[in-house]
Amino acid sequence: MADPLLNVQNLTMDFGGLRALDHVNIDIQQNEIIALIGPNGAGKTTFFNCITGIYTPTGGDILITAPLRSGAASKTERINGLKPNQVTEKGMARTFQNIRLFPNMTVLENVMIGRHCRTRSGILGAVLRNHTMVREEQAVVDASYQILEKIGLSRFVNDLAKNLPYGAQRRLEIARALATEPFLLLLDEPAAGMNPHETLELDTLITRIRNEEKVSILLIEHDMKLVMSLSDRIFVMDYGKKIAQGTPEEIRNNPMVIKAYLGEECDVES
Amino acid sequence: MMTFTEIKKSFLTSLWFMFLTFPIMVIRVNTIEKQVIWRWENMWYVGIGSFLLSFVWRYFLRRKERGNNHANEHIANMSSSIQRIFSRRRYKIPAMVAAAMTVAVFPFVMNSYQTNIMITALMYVMLGLGLNIVVGLAGLLDLGYVAFYAVGAYTYGLLNHHFGIGFWTVLPLGGALGALFGVLLGFPVLRLRGDYLAIVTLGFGEIIRLILENWNEFSYGPSGIAHISKPSLFGIKLSFSGEITYMYFLMIGMVCFTIFVVNRLQNSRIGRAWIALREDEVACQAMGIDKTRTKLTAFALGATWAGMAGVIFAAKTTFINPASFTFMESAMILSIVVLGGMGSIPGVIIAALFLILLPEYLRAFSDYRMLLFGAIMVIMMVFRPQGIIATVRRNYNFKKAEN
Repeated sequence: MADPLLNVQNLTMDFGGLRALDHVNIDIQQNEIIALIGPNGAGKTTFFNCITGIYTPTGGDILITAPLRSGAASKTERINGLKPNQVTEKGMARTFQNIRLFPNMTVLENVMIGRHCRTRSGILGAVLRNHTMVREEQAVVDASYQILEKIGLSRFVNDLAKNLPYGAQRRLEIARALATEPFLLLLDEPAAGMNPHETLELDTLITRIRNEEKVSILLIEHDMKLVMSLSDRIFVMDYGKKIAQGTPEEIRNNPMVIKAYLGEECDVES
Repeated sequence: MMTFTEIKKSFLTSLWFMFLTFPIMVIRVNTIEKQVIWRWENMWYVGIGSFLLSFVWRYFLRRKERGNNHANEHIANMSSSIQRIFSRRRYKIPAMVAAAMTVAVFPFVMNSYQTNIMITALMYVMLGLGLNIVVGLAGLLDLGYVAFYAVGAYTYGLLNHHFGIGFWTVLPLGGALGALFGVLLGFPVLRLRGDYLAIVTLGFGEIIRLILENWNEFSYGPSGIAHISKPSLFGIKLSFSGEITYMYFLMIGMVCFTIFVVNRLQNSRIGRAWIALREDEVACQAMGIDKTRTKLTAFALGATWAGMAGVIFAAKTTFINPASFTFMESAMILSIVVLGGMGSIPGVIIAALFLILLPEYLRAFSDYRMLLFGAIMVIMMVFRPQGIIATVRRNYNFKKAEN
């Protein structure tokens, strides 16, 4: 088997005396959809923040092996302590649990921001507006619009992001993350606050992104129906520790997971 | 819609004001003749005045609140239709021509006093546009902007005084030094935002001013630097009014240059990054934008314009001292940006002309100038917080995928 895209070894994060993550090991293979679940406060978002560079973990290794476009395997890199923008440049883009769009920019501009780290024109280019810069700018606009079409937001293209309906805002976050050309998309509770119909749409959208864009996906989610239908593998966390991993079927019947979610000894069923 | 409760509230307000102003408006003690004069009529003026004002205030406030679906939309429609008219070629070109004509004829029609205050106003347009990069686009509240203005002015003042270097050489140099100081200020404040940033920049502005005031060997202290040479025009000797006209056109040129550059920056990859930084710092960084670099470019580019404006200021007045670079100036420039509309170029221009020219023409009421100034600020912030001309996000042309 090839090197995993993302290989997290013994990741530990302490906030003072509190150990939020305790030797967590997770690996993601190419073209997988992985779910990270666990009760509230289990450390899922902290895990996300560690691997995307918002926090610097106190211990462990985060190794990524970015697939080259030619298909050949590339070098494995350790990305502990990189800044969030550097992590994004390496090819891991994320969305946020509470929507963090740029509210007063248009939908198209929001996506165009995602193209920032893949373009190069500087101050001089902006002022002189030379040929290279104009072409690059137009390419950014076109590429961003195409992403919006794919995600199904093209009719909102010139609306301000803050005026979008809730579900569309969630999808715009995904579109913006896709614009950075990631190989791994990290979704933090993408279905939070969505109605069953929107969740269903999200389900097909995520599968489509995986199949068409060849982007692997790691998502945190509480909606078990979505998790079970989407994921190839599931990791379960509780109190900062990984307590289980496996296919949806295995997780559903894992006594440790049931205990974590429902508490000790549930006699209700008998 | 104006119900009885509204009237009652206004009535109570006026009673309260009558009570508050009672000691100063009604009682007058004549200490020489040991008499107390009761000016009851004043109480009625205060009462009626405050009643009417509060009524009008309440009326507009209500209109604005309901306006989210009605009146406000009307205003929004109006301003956007004005913008639409001006974006049309047919109207745009005549408007531009008319503006250009006015600008070109101005110094020949008006006297030198009028031209002089216009030059000052144009200088503030330039400063406002520069600060607009930092505050309006990148959302970094900078209360010490005047420091860069001072850096520019002293660059020219000192270089001219000691080495006799001319205006045109120092102009880019002043801009560059301004940028350098912008980066110097930028580094320590990278982690700060909002209120904390405002306090630190305020401190920075004061540090620069205090250094200039106290380091006598370097900056000649409070007595300043005099006899700075005016800008040259290919060595031609100009008359007094000719000099003013020259300065005016120089300033017009600089303002046009500033508008050109700021407009292009605003609609570029960097400008978008600034706006994203203003909107959400965490998301901005997570989307691959280098926060450090973006902030520093904003500080540096904003300071560049202040530096150049400083050089021009020194050349215009031929005398500089630290008293010209107080916090009041920073506050003024910031007011221009906020009143004009954050990030809006036409808004900033209008606000600068308004705020600088109005006090000049209101010399007759000079005692009440600041009062009026404050009142305008309060009214603007309550009824139109987005500024005179709010920014309109740009629409782009894009290729639709061929289906």
